[in-house]
Amino acid sequence: MKSSKNAITPEIRAKERKSFRSRLKRYAPLYLLALPSFIYLIINNYMPMVGLTLAFKKFSFAKGIFASPWNGVENFSYLFGSKWAKIMFKNTILYNLVFLVLGTVFAVTVAILLNELVNAKLKQVYQTVILIPHLFSMVIVGYIVFAFLGGTNGFVNSHILTPLGAKAINWYTKAKYWPVILTIVHLWKGFGFQSIVYYATLVGFDQSLYEAAMVDGATKWQQIKSITIPLLKPTVIILTIMSLGRMFNSDFGLFYQVPQNNGMLYTTTTTIDTYVYRALMMDNDVGRSLAAGFLQSILGFIVVMLANFTVRKVDENSALF
Amino acid sequence: MGIVNKKTQFILNLIMTILALACILPFVLLIMASLTDEVVLTTQGYSFFPSKFSLDAYQYLLSAAGRILRAYGMTIFVTAVGTTGNVFLTMFMAYLLSKKDLPFRTAISFFVFFTMLFNGGMVPSYLIWTEIFHVRDTVAGLIFPNLFLGAYNIILMRTYFTSNVPEEIIDAARIDSCSEIGILFKIALPLSRPMIATVALFSGLAYWNDWINGLYYLVRERDLYTIQNVLNTMVSNAEFLQSSAAISSFQSLNISIPTAGIRMAIAVIAVVPVLIIYPFFQKSFVKGIVVGGVKG
Repeated sequence: MKSSKNAITPEIRAKERKSFRSRLKRYAPLYLLALPSFIYLIINNYMPMVGLTLAFKKFSFAKGIFASPWNGVENFSYLFGSKWAKIMFKNTILYNLVFLVLGTVFAVTVAILLNELVNAKLKQVYQTVILIPHLFSMVIVGYIVFAFLGGTNGFVNSHILTPLGAKAINWYTKAKYWPVILTIVHLWKGFGFQSIVYYATLVGFDQSLYEAAMVDGATKWQQIKSITIPLLKPTVIILTIMSLGRMFNSDFGLFYQVPQNNGMLYTTTTTIDTYVYRALMMDNDVGRSLAAGFLQSILGFIVVMLANFTVRKVDENSALF
Repeated sequence: MGIVNKKTQFILNLIMTILALACILPFVLLIMASLTDEVVLTTQGYSFFPSKFSLDAYQYLLSAAGRILRAYGMTIFVTAVGTTGNVFLTMFMAYLLSKKDLPFRTAISFFVFFTMLFNGGMVPSYLIWTEIFHVRDTVAGLIFPNLFLGAYNIILMRTYFTSNVPEEIIDAARIDSCSEIGILFKIALPLSRPMIATVALFSGLAYWNDWINGLYYLVRERDLYTIQNVLNTMVSNAEFLQSSAAISSFQSLNISIPTAGIRMAIAVIAVVPVLIIYPFFQKSFVKGIVVGGVKG
């Protein structure tokens, strides 16, 4: 046994090596073609990963990236000396949780409604229209929100509250309203996209199950409750866990653009991303922004790994890796 | 199909119609606001049925047309260059990874995929693009940071290549001594047109709508502003478009400058082209969402 194995191995190895080399040669032009992509990912994605170490430096634009001196965890203690540290983490996580729960319920409901519709043409129209808010940038959305809420002449004040005899509300100076406003805007912009994702899953379900249920005299509601929702559950779970993996990220446009970066609203509109922007670009406080960004990246990575680990346990095929 | 079913269908249609209206009406309000007389807008407020229409805002934009056209040109240029680059970089990397017997395939896959799990975030990215590559106040600052290539599109396209370009055809082409690059351009790419269209669409929309790169990287160079950057600036600075020529032409007509209306009018100008071409790309848009949805 042993001798025969020894006799074959070098031969196979040589053959493999040869084929490895020949494959390398054959694909050489393709490697070359993909070279710019490699370089781009290194610059745009890998260099910033290494750049996270800047969080432990006292960065100065005059000295630059390499010559700025190390300063240990000073940036972090400085960050947590600010009242914003707590606010931004709290806001980021809370908004994400609210968006996740309401967004999922809303999207699943719309997907089921779409699926129950008989008229194929109307179905097509609805699908097309609910995606429209998704097409536009948050700057545009910010303008639209302003048309509804701005000053005393915004639509809500001038055409809803005042005619009803209520007092006009100065929305852009009252922080307490913004969690609700931002949640509505987020749902409005995103529900179409999410609904289509769930709807695509629904369409793929085995129709014979529904036919059998109908033969047994099950009502539509019973069908939804005992066929559609259970079949949808794995997708919901997986998408939910994936979103939990983005727990420390926020939609910069939503939180910066829609409240128009208004200082009076900061307590309820500051998330990690808007804080990082403000510290870096407005307050010239590179140290704090580096520290906040560092925590966001590292915690985000940990949570993504945990999320994926959990998805693997639920359904191995749906895991990212 | 009894009466009950008809009733259910009616209710379903009613709910969906309300949702559809909720998606469209805000844009209608935006358009109406841009067409409302400035005095009416300030005294009676934003309305779907303004009591007095006016084209003053658009007339003003026309008098500041140089700036608007310039911004439009920037948007189109950045979108065209960025999308073209993105599509090619995505294709080449995706095709490389679609080769099952590629040496170092696992390592390269990991190299691409890892960027989806971990990123350095905005600050190091900003410092690297500005301090090492000096993109501040250049067109490059609008095109290269973040938007030029992403792992997500690469994976989408690689999957498409592996499942829609049959191995047999590639082998046959090799026997006919077609080069690997020849196979890519003559066989794989023509077979993957729908996916290329989807990637181009996603990338194009991202560039068209982007204002964040301008916010971070265009500090002084306002001549490079895209439409989105102009809009972003006008949120806090309505005077941005007030060239002295435009102001004097309005003053000579004895009309006050419709500040609020102008803002809405520029937003409309940015919205309308997308709305017009949306029906044409709607199909590949939905398809792209469906393909990428669950894994995204």
